[in-house]
Amino acid sequence: MNVILSLTISSLAIFGLVVIPFLGVWVAHLNVLFGIVIPYIAVIIFFLGMIYRVVKWAKSPVPFRIPTTCSQQKSLPWIKYTYVDKLDNPSTRLGVWGRMILEIFFFRSLFRNSRMQFGTGQDVRYTSSKWLWIGAMAFHYCFLVVIIRHLRFFTQSNPWFVTLTENIDGFFEMFVPAVYQSGLLLGAALTFLLLRRLLSPQLRYISLPADYFPLFLILTIAGTGILMRYGLKTDIVGVKELTMGLANFNPTIPEGVGVLFYIHLFLVSILFAYFPFSKLTHMGGVFLSPTRNLENNNRAVRHINPWNPEVKLHTYEEYEDDYRDKMIGAGLPVDKQPAPKEEKE
Amino acid sequence: MPRIPKDWKLPQEPGDFLSDVGHTPEPRVTGWMNTPPVEIKRGMHCYAAKPDRLKKMGMPNPREWSAMDDDWKLPENWKETFLDGMKDRLGRFRTFQLFMDICVRCGACADKCHFYIGSGDPKNMPVLRAELLRSIYRQHFTTAGKILGPVAGARELTYERLKELWYYLYQCSECRRCSVFCPYGIDMAEITIMGRELTNLLGLNIDWIAAPVAFCYQTGNHMGIQPHAFVEMLEFFVDEIEEVTGVRVQPDFNRKGAEVLFVTPSGDVFGDPGTYTCMGYMILFHELKKLGLDITWSTYASEGGNFGLFTSNEVMKRLNSKMYAEAKRLGVKWILGGECGHMWRVVNQYMGTMNLELAEGSKMEEPVSPITGTKFENAKSTKMVHITEFTADLIRNNKLKLDPSRNDHLTVTFHDSCNPARGMGLFEEPRYVIKNVCNNFYEMPENTIREQTFCCGGGSGLNAGEDMELRMRGGLPRANAVKYAHEQHGVNMMACICAIDRAVLPDLMTYYVPEVDITGIHELVTNAMVLDGEKKKTVNLRGEPLPGKEDKK
Amino acid sequence: MSLKNLLTDNKSSIVKAWCDLTLKSYPEESQGFFKKKDQFGNPVGHSLCEGIESTYDALLEDADTDVLSKALDGIIRIRAIQEFSPSQAISFLFGLKQVIRDGLGSKINKDGFSEEWAVFETKIDGLALLGFDIYSKCRQQIYDIRVESVKRRTSRLLTKAGLVYEIPEGQSDQSDLQENIANINNS
Repeated sequence: MNVILSLTISSLAIFGLVVIPFLGVWVAHLNVLFGIVIPYIAVIIFFLGMIYRVVKWAKSPVPFRIPTTCSQQKSLPWIKYTYVDKLDNPSTRLGVWGRMILEIFFFRSLFRNSRMQFGTGQDVRYTSSKWLWIGAMAFHYCFLVVIIRHLRFFTQSNPWFVTLTENIDGFFEMFVPAVYQSGLLLGAALTFLLLRRLLSPQLRYISLPADYFPLFLILTIAGTGILMRYGLKTDIVGVKELTMGLANFNPTIPEGVGVLFYIHLFLVSILFAYFPFSKLTHMGGVFLSPTRNLENNNRAVRHINPWNPEVKLHTYEEYEDDYRDKMIGAGLPVDKQPAPKEEKE
Repeated sequence: MPRIPKDWKLPQEPGDFLSDVGHTPEPRVTGWMNTPPVEIKRGMHCYAAKPDRLKKMGMPNPREWSAMDDDWKLPENWKETFLDGMKDRLGRFRTFQLFMDICVRCGACADKCHFYIGSGDPKNMPVLRAELLRSIYRQHFTTAGKILGPVAGARELTYERLKELWYYLYQCSECRRCSVFCPYGIDMAEITIMGRELTNLLGLNIDWIAAPVAFCYQTGNHMGIQPHAFVEMLEFFVDEIEEVTGVRVQPDFNRKGAEVLFVTPSGDVFGDPGTYTCMGYMILFHELKKLGLDITWSTYASEGGNFGLFTSNEVMKRLNSKMYAEAKRLGVKWILGGECGHMWRVVNQYMGTMNLELAEGSKMEEPVSPITGTKFENAKSTKMVHITEFTADLIRNNKLKLDPSRNDHLTVTFHDSCNPARGMGLFEEPRYVIKNVCNNFYEMPENTIREQTFCCGGGSGLNAGEDMELRMRGGLPRANAVKYAHEQHGVNMMACICAIDRAVLPDLMTYYVPEVDITGIHELVTNAMVLDGEKKKTVNLRGEPLPGKEDKK
Repeated sequence: MSLKNLLTDNKSSIVKAWCDLTLKSYPEESQGFFKKKDQFGNPVGHSLCEGIESTYDALLEDADTDVLSKALDGIIRIRAIQEFSPSQAISFLFGLKQVIRDGLGSKINKDGFSEEWAVFETKIDGLALLGFDIYSKCRQQIYDIRVESVKRRTSRLLTKAGLVYEIPEGQSDQSDLQENIANINNS
């Protein structure tokens, strides 16, 4: 797989995924299939797939407690064990929770990326290379905001947090309709993550179609969404009727919803269905990572390995049998005295 | 005068000898999945295990072979064995299953590996080294991989790919630096451990690991030293210590009824400069005897290190068992562990889990320092204390008479060994000890110490002689930081708490920073100690003159 | 105006081009990483560019062998243990000719520095020979370290166990010792 091939495959796949609903709805009028059947199937695949994944991970036991310790251990009482240590090298469940929260919500480990530069003489400067962290944070949080905003399509009365999110997100009300920054930021973050892969030779080398495809997919979803909101107007009332129908298990296909919406919906369905079988499952996996979610207290609390194997040992008795004479010769104590061989002589 | 053409180059015609010398290789056009078969290079791999080592341990496919040969003499059904082994381990190790699934190839780990930093070989990026195994996983264990093949990043397991995987598995020193930076905590060490377990199923062990394992199993230590020779060696040190200090120490061996069992890597008993650290322990214990320390060495458990960690979890368990078995037999209350890196990864993260049953019915209890009365609560289950924890506690309670000026000729820095750093978090204890026994201490730059410490280049059983190029590449980032400390602060001694470091770093220093020497912490400690009944010391344990105390005869 | 002035004036661009050219001998995927400015995270790139700059300075200042050796050592010491044939490891020194010709070739011709240039080229040739010496020294050192390393690891044991005949000082015979070590390892 070189980069050209990877990009070609990924973009062809996306192209296909746009053409299918376009033809399906525009030409063949399969609105029911694309508006009801496929979304339902996708959501079912998503949930079953994720459950399957997580169960599969969880079924595989954790034989050893091997946290990566990134700070001072808890040791003698007078040795400093600060709150930073408690989070980066936790010795309690609470510390582990803290570590996981930092990891999941703030990408703690990614934040660690720093490098040091030297000016003239003794002048040392730490410049952080936090671009990846910024890009990742921007992408994930914008995605979250976009998802929360979309809940208005699935609830009759908007829950408070949806309204709140919308208000904050559309804070700069310079345009009508309000421009949501999350959508634009999401696009920008995705573009950054994509360019990073394309422009850095290292990353280009390690990237697979499976890395480009989700980026393209989410970019296209965001693109169609933005286009519907600010460009080609879609019948919002019709859309809400359809989505509410889906949410209430009483699906209907209202008239007059444009084909663009069906493309958007189909791509989202693909994302749902693709999710559990791709690298996107890292969302679930990060919770289970044994180098992060365990305490570093092995010497104080025993960790049990459910399949602790029976192994053949070389016991002290065998050892002494092998070396008894030499041990006695060297003045080492032995458990068993040698057979009185000399007396026969 | 002829005009110089603008695009001048060394002339290179095909077939011309100039095309064979000095020129830059053509850039690759293919991705990593299609690179040509790996070329196993001299100086970059370790010799294959001799058959008797594997036979001793009952491990598969013992035979004479070499990685330089085309034919590695694999068993007939090698592919099946490998894949079955993989399936089995995916079901037994959550780490393995998870780390095969969740990598997003973000590249955060890419430039964190010392082997990549030193070589620039893209397959030394942890992410790509892991992908070598992951691609096989995808092909044989995931639906997407089975259907889409290379598009899903999947590759069939072939003879060539096995060789490539093996080659790069032994270019990872399991130092875990990458896992510090991974947003999901993916740990290359864990993948390397699994990969090595798998290739060992086919008999692809290296001798530098397999030999110590077999020796340790039989004689209790990596060097294969029989009990009488072990005792003789330490008695030889007794003479040397007396020569330097005027004090005659008396180590005990295999003594039943002692309160504490001492276990340390055998590398320190037989190789310089570790031997001076070993003498340091002996002096320390002797001084503490009258304060109430009742300690014994063991010839049966005469190895702290455990090359089983680099072989398989079963072998690790088999070797590690000796510590508890001996503690129980001798009736000691707890175990004191010497300065060693991977030994402490095993003791801190594996030992209790693997072998605590062996201590059942023994006299072992929560470790308490007999001198200060300090309880080592953090070791109450495993009952094993790190010697820098022990010594730090002694110094804190003023139990040692110290004259740090005896180390004034040294300007010391401290190398955090990977395993105590990232598998334990032992940062402050050794620093506390050093600062109390040395007046001149300087840290190396921040992103090269503590949890970001760089490997010596020879961890995980790669500290052989035949892979010197590999070690020099991997050790470069560390040496580079030492060089800086030397130039800025005049550092001339680097302390470490790892026997492999003490074997590997002198070579690295000789090559890159010859002005800097290597020491264990307890060598520094005892050089600074004022001993009861000592003669007027003129030299330190190495026989080097002490500052201001030169013999004026 | 002389060639020396010309080379001094264009120092930064020549040094940069020379570094870039030298980095081209590494795998394409890693060249970007080696260009990162990070003394401790990227010792190869750092040592290389620092060494190249001081080599260039030393050349222009007509420095003596010691200074030039010191400047080159930092680069060649690293390249001697990397994935290069000996010729690849030191070919970057000839790269300086290419860089100067590319950048200043027409100017050199036009301003009539050709003779000075011929002298300078000879210097670069000499530099390459010096580089060859350093390379060989580094390789020799690696072999020495290999031997020393084995000896140091077991020397005490061998001495103690009486397995090695202690040769009186000044007459040590390396090959005997190695043979002994090999025998012990095999036994």
